[in-house]
Amino acid sequence: MPDTTPARRSLTSALPDLGELAQDRTLIIACGALAREIGTVIGRNGLSHLALRCLPATLHNTPDKIPEAVRAAIHASREKYGRIIVGYADCGTGGLLDKVCAEEGVERIPGPHCYAFYTGNAAFEAAGDDDMTSFYLTDFLVRQFDTLVIRTLGLDRHPELRDMYFGNYEKVIYLAQTENAELTVAAEQAAEKLGLAFERRFVGLGDLARFINDVN
Amino acid sequence: MADEDEEIVLSELDDADLVQQMHDDLYDGLKEEIEEAVNILLARDWTPYDILTKALVEGMRIVGIDFRDGILFVPEVLLSANAMKAGMFILRPLLVETGAPKVGKMVIGTVKGDIHDIGKNLVGMMMEGAGFEVIDLGINNPVENYLDALEEHKPEILGMSALLTTTMPYMKVVVDTMKEKGIRDDYIVLVGGAPLNEEFSMAVGADAYCRDAAVTVETAKDLIARRHNQLASNG
Ligand code: B12
Repeated sequence: MPDTTPARRSLTSALPDLGELAQDRTLIIACGALAREIGTVIGRNGLSHLALRCLPATLHNTPDKIPEAVRAAIHASREKYGRIIVGYADCGTGGLLDKVCAEEGVERIPGPHCYAFYTGNAAFEAAGDDDMTSFYLTDFLVRQFDTLVIRTLGLDRHPELRDMYFGNYEKVIYLAQTENAELTVAAEQAAEKLGLAFERRFVGLGDLARFINDVN
Repeated sequence: MADEDEEIVLSELDDADLVQQMHDDLYDGLKEEIEEAVNILLARDWTPYDILTKALVEGMRIVGIDFRDGILFVPEVLLSANAMKAGMFILRPLLVETGAPKVGKMVIGTVKGDIHDIGKNLVGMMMEGAGFEVIDLGINNPVENYLDALEEHKPEILGMSALLTTTMPYMKVVVDTMKEKGIRDDYIVLVGGAPLNEEFSMAVGADAYCRDAAVTVETAKDLIARRHNQLASNG
């Protein structure tokens, strides 16, 4: 994994000029589910003025806690960075994250959730209800499938709950960020565990890459 | 440790202990135990209504509190709901026969584009437990489904559920269509789902946002009573 915080170290070693240096530095406060992907963009494009701080991806399951967790992270880092941006979609906060962002004067990546911005928010919206009976996976979710899907939903302890969760679903759509045969196999196995058909769509990083690249 | 867990024989418990045990079994999502206990209480001449309210609804109320407080999580709630459902399945026909009190009618459904239904099902079940007749339209409901159901069932309450930021605005489509047709004020509109809040419910023109099933029951009863009072004072 590329080093995502190269400049943070140089910051601490340049203590005397902290105030001035900090002005040039931007911190991305992001969902842990995006750590690898944002790190990739930073590394690939040599965006060394960007630092990344991630909050636990498990916050997904309690979206009501996301807005204040983000606010706390902003407050904790404000003095060290000239600018802070938020690597979270709305993520089921029902607009409350936007409220926090507005109050704190920071910007967040547009979109309702990561499935939408990976697909491209415009394309996702245009597709309407076409994928309604699909359950999306991303590279991150495929890697964490057993922990974040099976275990969180209690399907390891109570496999009989599967149809109460997924009874209305028809297929898994794997929105792939990378070309990775191993992940594709794992995604297919995940679909099988859920008793759903499988489709893979390569979408890459979608709007996420644009958003990070445009930060300056 | 296992032998510390003495086998509990439900039929040997007195009524109070049995009801207490049912609360525990609901909490633990033990469907068969709940079915057995419901049958035992019926055999002891409990009314179906008392079994429903004192054992099942009260047990689920406790589950609801611990879910709200982050002590229980979605899988546990789902298991508890399953156990309650099994108990209600036995009681439902008997409740009709014994003429249990009916408080009102509710049509409920998840909005178009959304197929989350765990919360909606729980609300439907607790409303039924509180004496409402519940007509469940299921998931992914376009506005026509709601309108047809209102027309057909003439409920006091319309309930809409949404769990996605992308689908919650559809509630406004439904309320606006009701306004266009001049029927908005004939119904109490309740909305819910994790991403919603009070402000949003006002913005779409609902009567209330309900955080969970217990609040829904309270709000529904309260708004129905207010409506009756209003009608009485107007008439
Ligand atoms: C379980 C779950 C699922 C299950 C759904 C199973 C089912 N049969 O419903 C599964 C795993 C299948 C699923 C799928 C998806 N999900 Co989902 N899901 C959840 C989760 C973790 C819990 C929801 C839940 O059931 N809670 C338990 C019940 C009891 O609580 P509740 O729904 O809030 O209901 C209570 C109250 O809200 C209220 N209430 C509810 N309805 C109503 C109605 C009325 C009238 C009233 C008065 C009250 C009321 O009372 C209820 C009882 O107390 C939430 C996160 C969260 N914590 O909310 C994400 C969440 C809602 N899902 C989300 C997403 C993105 C999806 C998917 C797109 C994910 C994917 N990978 O494809 C798909 C959606 C596909 C689709 N077209 O709908 C996001 C939404 C983000 C956003 N911006 O909108 C969330 C917030 C998770 C996240 N942060 O990413 N999901």
